[in-house]
Amino acid sequence: MFILQVGTLSKSVNLALSSLKDWMSSRKAKLPIAAFPSTAEVFPEPLGLVLIISSWNLPFGLSLEPVIGAIAAGNAVVLKPSELAPASSSLLAKTIPTYLDKKAVKVIEGGVAIGEHLLCCKWDKIFFTGNARVGRIVMTAAANYLTPVTLELGGKCPAIFDSFSSSWDKEMVIKRVLGGKFGTCAGQACIAIDYILVQEGFAPTLLELLRNMTKKMFGENPRETQSMARIINKQHFLRLKNLLDDPSVQSSIVHGGGMDEDNLFIEPTILMNPPLKASIMTDEIFGPLLPIITLKKIEDSIEFINSRPKALAIYVFTKNETLKRRIISETSSGSVTFNDAIIQYAADTIPFGGVGESGFGRYHGKFSFDTFTHEKAILRRSLLTEFWFRFPPWNDFKLALTKSAYSFDYFGFLLVLLGLKKNS
Amino acid sequence: MMRTLSLELFHICSVDGGYTRSLRNQFPKQRNPPLPIPVLKKRKRLRFTHSSFICSATLAVMPDEKKKVFDVESAASLVKELRGSFNAGKTKSYEWRIAQLKGIEKMIDEREKDIIEALHEDLSKPELEAFVSEVSMSKGACKLALKELGHWMKPEKAKTSMTTYPSSAEIVSEPLGVVLVISTWNYPFLLSIDPVIGAIAAGNAVVLKPSEIAPAISTLLSKLLEEYLDNSSIRVVEGAVAETTALLEQKWDKIFYTGSPRVGRIVMAAAAKHLTPVTLELGGKCPVVVDSNVNLQVAVRRIIAGKWACNNGQACIAPDYVITTKDFAPKLIDVLRHELEEFFGKNPIESEDMSRIVSVQHFKRLTRLLDEDEVSDKIIIGGQRDENQLKIAPTILVDVPEDTEIMKEEIFGPLLPILTVENLEESFDVINSKSKPLAAYLFSENKQLQKDFVNNISSGGMLINDTILHLTVSSLPFGGVGESGMGSYHGKFSFDTFSHKKAVLYRGFTGESPARYPPYTPGKLKLLKTLTSGNIVSILLALLGFSKD
Repeated sequence: MFILQVGTLSKSVNLALSSLKDWMSSRKAKLPIAAFPSTAEVFPEPLGLVLIISSWNLPFGLSLEPVIGAIAAGNAVVLKPSELAPASSSLLAKTIPTYLDKKAVKVIEGGVAIGEHLLCCKWDKIFFTGNARVGRIVMTAAANYLTPVTLELGGKCPAIFDSFSSSWDKEMVIKRVLGGKFGTCAGQACIAIDYILVQEGFAPTLLELLRNMTKKMFGENPRETQSMARIINKQHFLRLKNLLDDPSVQSSIVHGGGMDEDNLFIEPTILMNPPLKASIMTDEIFGPLLPIITLKKIEDSIEFINSRPKALAIYVFTKNETLKRRIISETSSGSVTFNDAIIQYAADTIPFGGVGESGFGRYHGKFSFDTFTHEKAILRRSLLTEFWFRFPPWNDFKLALTKSAYSFDYFGFLLVLLGLKKNS
Repeated sequence: MMRTLSLELFHICSVDGGYTRSLRNQFPKQRNPPLPIPVLKKRKRLRFTHSSFICSATLAVMPDEKKKVFDVESAASLVKELRGSFNAGKTKSYEWRIAQLKGIEKMIDEREKDIIEALHEDLSKPELEAFVSEVSMSKGACKLALKELGHWMKPEKAKTSMTTYPSSAEIVSEPLGVVLVISTWNYPFLLSIDPVIGAIAAGNAVVLKPSEIAPAISTLLSKLLEEYLDNSSIRVVEGAVAETTALLEQKWDKIFYTGSPRVGRIVMAAAAKHLTPVTLELGGKCPVVVDSNVNLQVAVRRIIAGKWACNNGQACIAPDYVITTKDFAPKLIDVLRHELEEFFGKNPIESEDMSRIVSVQHFKRLTRLLDEDEVSDKIIIGGQRDENQLKIAPTILVDVPEDTEIMKEEIFGPLLPILTVENLEESFDVINSKSKPLAAYLFSENKQLQKDFVNNISSGGMLINDTILHLTVSSLPFGGVGESGMGSYHGKFSFDTFSHKKAVLYRGFTGESPARYPPYTPGKLKLLKTLTSGNIVSILLALLGFSKD
C-alpha cells in the first residue's frame, strides 16, 4: 500500500515542487519566416474551479494525486472522496483544511446525493475516478455546462504469460504477477491483473508456481498473516461471492476459495478456465479471484483481448521481442507494461489513463498539470509591417501575390511583384 | 428525449429554404452541379428560396421513394462497416495514410475551381477570400501532415526514474478507431477537410457529416471524397437533423464537432452514453480592445480584415465587439468609416468583395438584433440591408446597453458594437463578465497592458495587434475553453487529437526490491520510503542497512 499511496504521492509532490516554474512558463512556438517579426507562444493557464471525485480503493492516492495536479495548475479545487472509505474520507476532510488554503481547496464528504448535487453545478473541469456506469452519469452532467472531463475508469486488465525457462526469471515474474493481483488491495484496483492468458502447455507449470509463491507471500493461512487487504464492504463481498456461486465457476477453482463473511476476507483464489460467458469473465472482477484462461498458442491472446472492451492496462510477461511488438501494434489499451504489473502507476514520465471503456484523459507527472490547464495560444504581431494584399478590394494581382505567399513560394512572390508572373 | 434534442438541433442549424430545400437534402445525389460562375466579374443576382420553419415531424412524412433515408439502421451499418475496415488494419499503415493525404492534396489541386465556385454558391464568398481562407489553408494542413507524418508516428521515448528502475519507457501514438467529424457552414470546406486530415494522419476510419446549410460544398465533398479517397474507410454522410441524430446514436471512438455551444451540448451528451471523447470547436463573443497608442490605420485595417473580409463576420474568431476609451472612440470611428470605404466602396452592399449572409434565417436573426429598441438608435455607420441579396452593410454601433441581445449573443455577422470605458483596464471586467471566448484581441503598444491582458483574460487563443491570424499558425493549438469549447487541433495537435497516447513500460529482470512484496516488515517499509524519495544517498544508506528513522 505504501508504494501505491503514500510513496507515489510524496514523489508527485516533490516533482511538482521542483518542476512547477518550468511547467508554468510559456512555450515558444515556431513560426515561418514569412511571419517575421511576429512571435508565438503557448501560455498555460488554470481552468478555474475543478471538481475531483475520487474512488475508495486507493482513497488517498486517487484523491491527492489529481489534487496535486489541479493545484499545480493554479485552480481552486473541490474534492469529493468516496463515502465507501469513510475513515480516509474524514481524515482528508479534517487534515486538508489545516494544511492547505481553506478558501481555495475544499473537501465535501458524502454519498450519491451529495455527488448528484455537486454535478448540477458548473465546473471548469471534472476529474472522475471510478466505474464506467458512473462515468457516463458524470459526463452527461458535464455536457450541460460544456465542462471538459477526465474519466479514469477500469476494465479487465489481462496478463499474458509466455513461457520462461530460467528459474530466476520465473520466480521474478511470478512475484510480480501475484504482487499485481493479491498484493494490490486484494485485487481491488483498476490496474490490478484481472485474469491471466497462458498457452495450454505451460499452464500446469504456471499454476504450480503461482500456488507455491502465494503460500510463500501470503502464508499458509492468509487470513491470519495480515499481508492482504480485506474486501471494502459487504456489498462488494457478496458481489464477489456471487461470481463464484455459479457451479461451473465453482468447479474451476484450483486454489483457495475460502471466504470469511464476518471479516470480509476472501483468500487468494485461482481458477482454471472458468466459462467465458460467466460473469467472472465478463465483468471486472475487482477482487482476489484470479482466472487463468488457456489458449492453443500465446499469440491467440491478441484476438482474445481485441474481442473485449479496451482495458486500462495490458501486462505481458515474455522475453519474445516479436510478441512484444505485436501486442503494442495490434492491441489497444490505456497502457502496456512488459514483465511487471502495477508499477506503471509509479512512473511520472508516462501518461496514466484509459481508452475506450477504460476512460479518456490522463495524469501523473506533468500530465497532471496539463490535464488541469488550458493551453492558450498567443500570437504577437507588430504594427510596423503589413501584407497589404491581405485587404480588399481584391484583384488578380493581389490574388497572385497571396497564392505565392501562402505556399511560401518566395521566388514566385518576387516574380509576381516584378510583374513577371501572373495569376493563372 | 432524442426528439426534443432533434428539434433543438434543427432550430440551430436548421435547413434553410422550405419544402424544396428539405427534399433536396433527402436526395443529395440528385442535385444539379452548380452552374459555372465567372469569377471576379459582375455577378448576376443570386437566386435563393424563401424559408419557413419546418418541424422534424413534417420532414418525416415526406415521400422518399427514390432514395433510402439515412436512419439509425443505416448509421449502425455504416459504423459496422468502417469498424470492420479499421479492425482489419486498413487504416493503420503509414503507406495508407500517406496515400489518402496525397489523394486529398491532389483533390484540392485538381478541383480548386469547383471548390471556389461551390463556396461562391453557398456564401457568395469572394475568390481571394475562398482561396486564402479555405483552399490554401486545407492544402497547407495536408502538406504539413505529409511532411511530418513519419515523425509524428514515431514513439516518443520517455525517461524513467529510480522508482521503476530498471526500466525503459515510451509513448506510442495509436489511432482511436472510427471517428465522426461534424462540420459547419461558414468555412464549409476547410472545417471539414482540416479535421479529416488529422483523423486520417492518426490512422482512423472517418465519417464526415458536412453542414446542410452549405449544400453546394456538402454535395461536392461527398462526390470528391468518394472519387479521391478510400471508401472502405472514409465516408461522407449528407443530411440535416435526422441524419445527424442517427449518427450521434452510434458508438464512435471520437467525435469532433465544430459549431454552436447549444448543439455542442447535445453532441457531448450523446457521446457520454458511449464514453466517447469529444473535441468541441465552438464560438463566443471575441472582444477587441483598442488602445490609443497604436498606429490606428493599421489596427483598423486588421480589424476590418478580421471582421468583414472574413466571411462577413460569420466566423467563430471574427471580432465580435470592440472596447475602447471614451476619448479615443471618435477617432477610431472616423478611421473605421474611412477604411471601410477604401475596402468596400461607397455602397458596400454592391461590393463583390464581401460575402453574403448564409441564409434567410440568419439574415432575419441579424436584422432582429439591429431592430431591437435601444439598439437601432445606436447605429452610427451602415445599417443598410438588402433581403433579396441577403446582404447587410458593415454596421457600427456605439454603447449599446449590455442587456440587449446583440451584446449577449454571438453576433456572427457584419455588426460591430463599440463599447466605451473610462480607462482600458475596465475592459477586463467587461470581458470577464461574459463567457470565455474562442479568441481575444488587443491592439496596444503598452507592454504592461499586453502582459495584464495575457494574464487576466482567459480565451481559447489570443492575438496582440492583429486579428484571426493565429488560426494560420500550425505550431499553435487552435481550440476553445469554457463555453468556446474543449480540445484543440491544427498541425500536430490534429494528429494528437485523433490519437490515443499509449504508455509502454519495459521492465528488466535484473535488480528487484524484495521490499515490494509481502510478507511486509518494518524494514521493508523503511527501504520503500527511501526508494520513493529518489534521494540517492538515503537509498544507498537504506540498502546498506542504515536509515534516518
